[in-house]
Amino acid sequence: MPEATFLDSTELVLNMGPQHPSTHGVLRVILKLDGEKVLGTDCVVGYLHRGIEKIAENRTWAQFNPYVDRLDYVAAVSNGLAYCLAVEKLINCEVPVRAQAVRVILTELNRIGSHLLWLGTHALDIGAITPVFYCFREREESLKILEKYCGARLTTHAFRIGGLQFETYEGFERDVLAFCDMFLPKVDEYEELLTNNRIWVGRLQNVGVLTAEQCKDYGVTGPVLRAAGVKWDIRKALPYSGYEQYDFEIPTRTNGDTYDRYLVRMQEMRQSVRIIRQAVEGLPAGPILGRVAKVLKPPAGEAYVSIEAPKGELGFYVVSDGSAQPYRVRVRPPSFINLQALNQMVHGALIADVVAVIGTLDIVLGEVDR
Amino acid sequence: MMPPLLRKILLVDLFEGLRVTFRSQNPKNIYTEQYPAERPQVAERFRGAPRLLKDENGKTLCNACGACALACPEQLIVVGSVRNPETKKKELTTYTFDLSRCMFCGMCQDACPSDAIKLTQDFELATYSRNELIWDRQMLEDGPKPKQYKC
Repeated sequence: MPEATFLDSTELVLNMGPQHPSTHGVLRVILKLDGEKVLGTDCVVGYLHRGIEKIAENRTWAQFNPYVDRLDYVAAVSNGLAYCLAVEKLINCEVPVRAQAVRVILTELNRIGSHLLWLGTHALDIGAITPVFYCFREREESLKILEKYCGARLTTHAFRIGGLQFETYEGFERDVLAFCDMFLPKVDEYEELLTNNRIWVGRLQNVGVLTAEQCKDYGVTGPVLRAAGVKWDIRKALPYSGYEQYDFEIPTRTNGDTYDRYLVRMQEMRQSVRIIRQAVEGLPAGPILGRVAKVLKPPAGEAYVSIEAPKGELGFYVVSDGSAQPYRVRVRPPSFINLQALNQMVHGALIADVVAVIGTLDIVLGEVDR
Repeated sequence: MMPPLLRKILLVDLFEGLRVTFRSQNPKNIYTEQYPAERPQVAERFRGAPRLLKDENGKTLCNACGACALACPEQLIVVGSVRNPETKKKELTTYTFDLSRCMFCGMCQDACPSDAIKLTQDFELATYSRNELIWDRQMLEDGPKPKQYKC
């Protein structure tokens, strides 16, 4: 045992969370510290565990649909889309083109809403108070469209297996296009506030670097992967719900640090607007619900579908034994898997960087704990 | 483009940010809702408190088929009915809706064949005890009457 001198500090173990405001929910991080330096982290999850996958086994296929909104509650529409696509694959159901286009519009609107919430809270963690008010102001507009369409803002239950429950309301296209026109200048406004801001750049550049190789090793997906330079987006790679018809780009950066992830997400919001515009302008007429039995009894078998949720690759693995209830539903949430990289990203950094890295990973604890 | 050092000295980034802030100071752009004083108008399709609707003669629309109770993922609806010996039809006697477990998914109103149960635009549902959240037929037909405090 070496003799401790006045300047030496021993290893200190500190709890961050589960009530810490910048852990974005109920994440508990056990930090091993040497002074201000982080030697290692340990994530404790499960404070929000509700056993959603087990609940699925006691519900019918259609009844489980509203529960998936509670996974990533910031982007509930994406969850519903992934679950519906998985069940539709299982029962081999063709979704009408109009339903597909409306699904794309709502998912992209929700992606914008999710990214706005991320930007606001991330900036708040870094110490910029203003963007959170601006972001929530615009997010409100996107939520209003969702509320008018399906009657709820957060836990939307917007889609049904086989298509949609609701026809679009009167003036839906006008509202969505008005949102697009209003929103693009606002993104420039956020960038004006943050992109060149010296404090912002200083706090984010070269913080939480994750190279492309490391991303692949950890299975990290979404904007975190794209900021490391990997052009991987499931909307392009394995198109679903008619994404192959829309013309959009996959924004990528090369450094893989927190600042690049910020830039990638800002570009993604612009691309989402581009997709929404194309989808609204080419919105086909026709039925909105495919042929689905009233009491759904899929043939015995299994299906896996993954989509590009705002946080990364969201997958649903559903198994049917031929009865009216799922045999097993397994969720592959992007947040849970992206969180694994936290230890790698903050190793040797400062405590303040841990806050920045948790913010940039964009985790939602409803999805991590399920 | 100004050299970075000059930008640093002249605090250009700071003033660019401040310009955005001052642009937003226009009192026309006030977004805060003064909630208890002015109540928001929620959308037409909003899924709030349930209501058991009646026709124009004050007779309930519900034909006690129990489709809502079957469709509900939380199984919180209990429909009580008695068969009328003359018309051989079921008639509604009691209807219980446990709002404390309701997640407002709207599957009851989707399932209802006679559009009797509907999730309405009422959203002020706070109560002082959990027992008050179990709504009987009377409560479902009349709807909630939240106290309005004038300020």
